[in-house]
Amino acid sequence: MWNYTGKVLEHFRNPRNVGTIEDPDGVGEVGSLACGDALKLMFKLDADGKIADAKFKTFGCASAIASSSALTEIIKGMTLEEAGGVTNQQIADYLGGLPEQKMHCSVMGREALEAAIENYQTGGTSKKILEGKVVCNCFGITEEEIERVVRENALTSVEEVTNYTKAGGGCGNCKPDIQNIIDRVVKEREEADKPAAEAPRKMTILQKIKRIEQTLNDVVRPMLQKDGGDLELVDVDGDKVIVSFRGMCAGCNVAQFTLKDVVETKLREFVSPDIVVEEERV
Amino acid sequence: MKTIYLDNNATTQVAPEVITAMEPFFKEYWGNPSSMHFFGGQVAGYVEEARGKLAALLGADPSEIVFTSCGTESDNTALFGVLSDTDREMRLITTRVEHPAVLGPSRYWREKGRDVVELGVDSAGQINIDELRRQLAAGPALVSIMWANNETGVIFPMEKIASLVKEYGGVLHTDAVQAVGKLPINLKETPIDLLSLSGHKLHAPKGVGALYVRKGTKLKTFMIGGHQEDGLRGGTENVPYIVGLGKAAELAGEFMEEEVTNVLKLRDRLEKGLLETCPDTRVNGDVKNRLPNTSNISFEFIEGEAILYHISDLGICASSGSACTSGSLEPSHVIRAMGVPFTAAHGSIRFSLSRYNTQDEIDYVVKEMPAIVDRLRALSPFVK
Repeated sequence: MWNYTGKVLEHFRNPRNVGTIEDPDGVGEVGSLACGDALKLMFKLDADGKIADAKFKTFGCASAIASSSALTEIIKGMTLEEAGGVTNQQIADYLGGLPEQKMHCSVMGREALEAAIENYQTGGTSKKILEGKVVCNCFGITEEEIERVVRENALTSVEEVTNYTKAGGGCGNCKPDIQNIIDRVVKEREEADKPAAEAPRKMTILQKIKRIEQTLNDVVRPMLQKDGGDLELVDVDGDKVIVSFRGMCAGCNVAQFTLKDVVETKLREFVSPDIVVEEERV
Repeated sequence: MKTIYLDNNATTQVAPEVITAMEPFFKEYWGNPSSMHFFGGQVAGYVEEARGKLAALLGADPSEIVFTSCGTESDNTALFGVLSDTDREMRLITTRVEHPAVLGPSRYWREKGRDVVELGVDSAGQINIDELRRQLAAGPALVSIMWANNETGVIFPMEKIASLVKEYGGVLHTDAVQAVGKLPINLKETPIDLLSLSGHKLHAPKGVGALYVRKGTKLKTFMIGGHQEDGLRGGTENVPYIVGLGKAAELAGEFMEEEVTNVLKLRDRLEKGLLETCPDTRVNGDVKNRLPNTSNISFEFIEGEAILYHISDLGICASSGSACTSGSLEPSHVIRAMGVPFTAAHGSIRFSLSRYNTQDEIDYVVKEMPAIVDRLRALSPFVK
């Protein structure tokens, strides 16, 4: 069982503001049956432009239902501007906290609210629009969403990103991409915190090897395996990566192309632009 | 609040007779069976007696039983014990719906470069025997196919599979953790080479299991240590638990008839009751070839964890194939392999009974469920 707080269980057993609004001002819909989570949020404004009423419908687990209920309680009485500033952490805090693996329920709440506000302001669709490059194909999560969640919640690991957005929780192929986004945000934050010139942080050897392994296993090898091939990491010497081809690649006369166009290109993309890949013939 | 326990495929209560049988081996007979004195030596006989009882349940010879700590260890022993033989470097044929204790080792071998085939299942959760035949024809393999599925209860045609493996050559392992005690098994008649079972699915305690190893089967030791279990599994015997497993096996044989009649009747009553009183529900799995105690039902448009928490508040215990309860973020791999649509996958609930359940308990569940389903459907954006 999850370590749910008393407040989460209370909002799950007796959710507030369930239902729909006739002639709503804003409607936001996120999620789907495929995802296993879906939230439809509606609000109505009063004469002063404050949220007079909010209602929700949710398909999801105990924390999804509790998060939706909490969200409607939080935004009632707020102006649209105030509501626009509500973070997923606020939703979680209102409930006394959520288990790490359930933080994505609070993120879903924030997304539905944004979709509803946008729907009111632009009259556009109530469904959340996917903006930007989709990084996680299994759950349809964009680079923008991941970056935002990393920034707003000071996340530092791929596992945390999965807990907050589900990205990386399916096939796992996007994990190196997620790591890159985290690294980028962390670097930006550090540069912003320390304006004084500092030597750029280098990857340690251990980090580099781990990243090389991760990229090979998650990105390169699946590509080769599709054609009946494979490779094995033999050694890493500074910026030189030595691999050995297996399967169909081992006997292939254009394996040199694969070495440069696929293996080296991907390693340069995900690990370091200085990497050179060589083949060790067994 | 009365506890209505319908999650027996997850674990079972320890039978009172089993606890009674185990007690002396904590209090008095706690010696090491391998010791060279009367105090330890007297215990050895009880271990062998338990071995005999388990062998009798399976139609096996006592010398073919290896005691382990659990079903997972038995599965790992079989898969590593056969496949790490570098002279033969066998392929592996298994299925997509196996328990992680089989799929985990299979994927390990696939990563190591072995040829590993995962047979798919149809929408009823059944494998295609012709596909198995084709794969067997491609070369000798270790075949690891579960006897019955833990999530849906679907029973695979073990006799047919065994005769096919015999015909084409190869080694057959079956994860029978859910089948032992629920359906009759006779290894004298069915040519299976390796069989895994688990104590805590059989009303014995958690922490004991066994691996059946047919005489003549080549197996590399997984737990390398002392000479126990004929060198196949080192480690001082877990005497009280082995005795418990023996007693549980004896009881399982006695209650087998009841399992396939009374428990089956209660399961059918539960299933029929829920399907009739709750709209938009469906059963997952081949109802013609299914364990007598299992019912996997999907409640459309609502989510599994939410259902489980509500029924748990009423004392009712079950489990689900939904993403939120799976530990990963995707619905159960078994439900997905069957192609169950997403409208039903996230709302699937597994009820698994035992001989300790009563008709009153079943009727209570059928009575309370519709209100819970209505309550969650009123919340659902997918229900107009």
